[in-house]
Amino acid sequence: MSAIYILWKRELIRYFRSRARLVGSLGQPLLFLVALGFGLGPVFQKAGQGNYFQFLGPGVVCMGILFTGVFAGIQVIWDRQFGFLKETLVAPVSRFEIMFGKALGGATVAFLQGCFVLVLSMIFGFRVQNILMIPLALAAMFLIALFFTGLGISIASVLEDMQGFQLIMNFVVQPVFFLSGALFPLAGVVSALSVISSFDPLSYGVDAVRGSLTGVTHFGLVTDFAVLIILSSLVLAIGSYLFSKVEA
Amino acid sequence: MEDIINAQNLTKTFGSFTAVNNVSFNVPKGEIFAFLGPNGAGKTTTIKMLTTLLRPTAGTIRLNGIDAIANPEKARKTFGIVFQDPSLDDELTAMENMEFHAVLYKVPKRELKERVAKFLNFVELWDRRNDLVKTFSGGMKRRLEIARGLLHKPEILFLDEPTQGLDPQTRNKIWEYLQNLNKETKITVFFTTHYMEEAQQIAQRIAIMDRGKIIEVGTAATLMEQTKTKSLEEAFLKLTGTAIRDEEASGIDKLRGHGRMWRS
Repeated sequence: MSAIYILWKRELIRYFRSRARLVGSLGQPLLFLVALGFGLGPVFQKAGQGNYFQFLGPGVVCMGILFTGVFAGIQVIWDRQFGFLKETLVAPVSRFEIMFGKALGGATVAFLQGCFVLVLSMIFGFRVQNILMIPLALAAMFLIALFFTGLGISIASVLEDMQGFQLIMNFVVQPVFFLSGALFPLAGVVSALSVISSFDPLSYGVDAVRGSLTGVTHFGLVTDFAVLIILSSLVLAIGSYLFSKVEA
Repeated sequence: MEDIINAQNLTKTFGSFTAVNNVSFNVPKGEIFAFLGPNGAGKTTTIKMLTTLLRPTAGTIRLNGIDAIANPEKARKTFGIVFQDPSLDDELTAMENMEFHAVLYKVPKRELKERVAKFLNFVELWDRRNDLVKTFSGGMKRRLEIARGLLHKPEILFLDEPTQGLDPQTRNKIWEYLQNLNKETKITVFFTTHYMEEAQQIAQRIAIMDRGKIIEVGTAATLMEQTKTKSLEEAFLKLTGTAIRDEEASGIDKLRGHGRMWRS
């Protein structure tokens, strides 16, 4: 237990120590809120869908969590390159504890990032419909964070160096984000896209956060949470298996 | 005296490449033991197997009586290790690096503060305890790693090329710490090096390794006697030949090379 705690703590120390990273990682969500929120907002309104910020807010929150989470997980590669990974691998601690501590730490960081973005989107006019539902939204955010951090760790366990990083960003992270319904409603899209989106884990994450905060859902909250819980457990299991195969 | 390190028939192959070939040796408790060999001899691979980071293809390892292959987590408590390359978290302070290690090795909470202070003082880094490691010089990082490796009071300390790239003052200091510690606590020290004078002055026994095999084991004096030479360097050259070794990629690097070829 104490090993999980210290690995978790390390992620948090590193996150709060790097102010540049903290502020810098808010840049992208900010850009999406400004460019898409103000740019597409009027079109969205004209189409009779209401205030676009109300729709976009949860999507951008999930974007923040997605990028921070995957990034936190992928940092295992840096740990390997800078040698620190060896220090943890040679310690009398099981690989599962190491992996789990890292995943929890990364997920906490990604979750906090999501909270910051949520506050940011409220400045732009996003409004929570039912305050009592906030804990549910936070739970969904944490599950998303856990899933994507676990995914990042799993990927990092198979990659040897940062050469594959661009590949992951372009072929995993970006599609996961853009196809998820974070930016547009999934209802009424062409069926091919609808099928693809239903295979995108983030679709359920965005839907869960949006559903809890605004009351509008596509899949239904029960489905969303069931999918999130199953996928997070699955990715942690796969991640700890892959991580157990890592050699220093 | 009982042997605290006992390795029998250790072999490690990476694909068709044999990095370590049927190596056996033992180290009695309290000894300072050196692995001397040219680049690519298999020293680091051997140390990685001894410290449970690599699983041997064949052979057995007992550390302090524990089967390190069957029981790696238990074995890990009995040794500390200083790796060839830095293994500190640069973004953390010296203190935080020490605490991280202490928690992973389950150092009792009430002893933690005192022990961290003792070992940071020991390597003369107490005054810099709250500085980020990225502000440290190479020698300071190495000293911190030694302090960290001792924090959980291991029976054995493994050091892989501990003084490589350090100036003579720092090298001297590091060996002074380690020799004092060895005298006081009877800790067993196992190190690899390719500095002759280091092996000769520090180690009680030396194993000369080349091309994955141990060629000879003995004190510096017996090695010179056997080869009828006047210095350890001559003995070493006589045993391993005089041809220059172009540094070959280590076994792991080779394996990674294969992996990369498939992926890209």
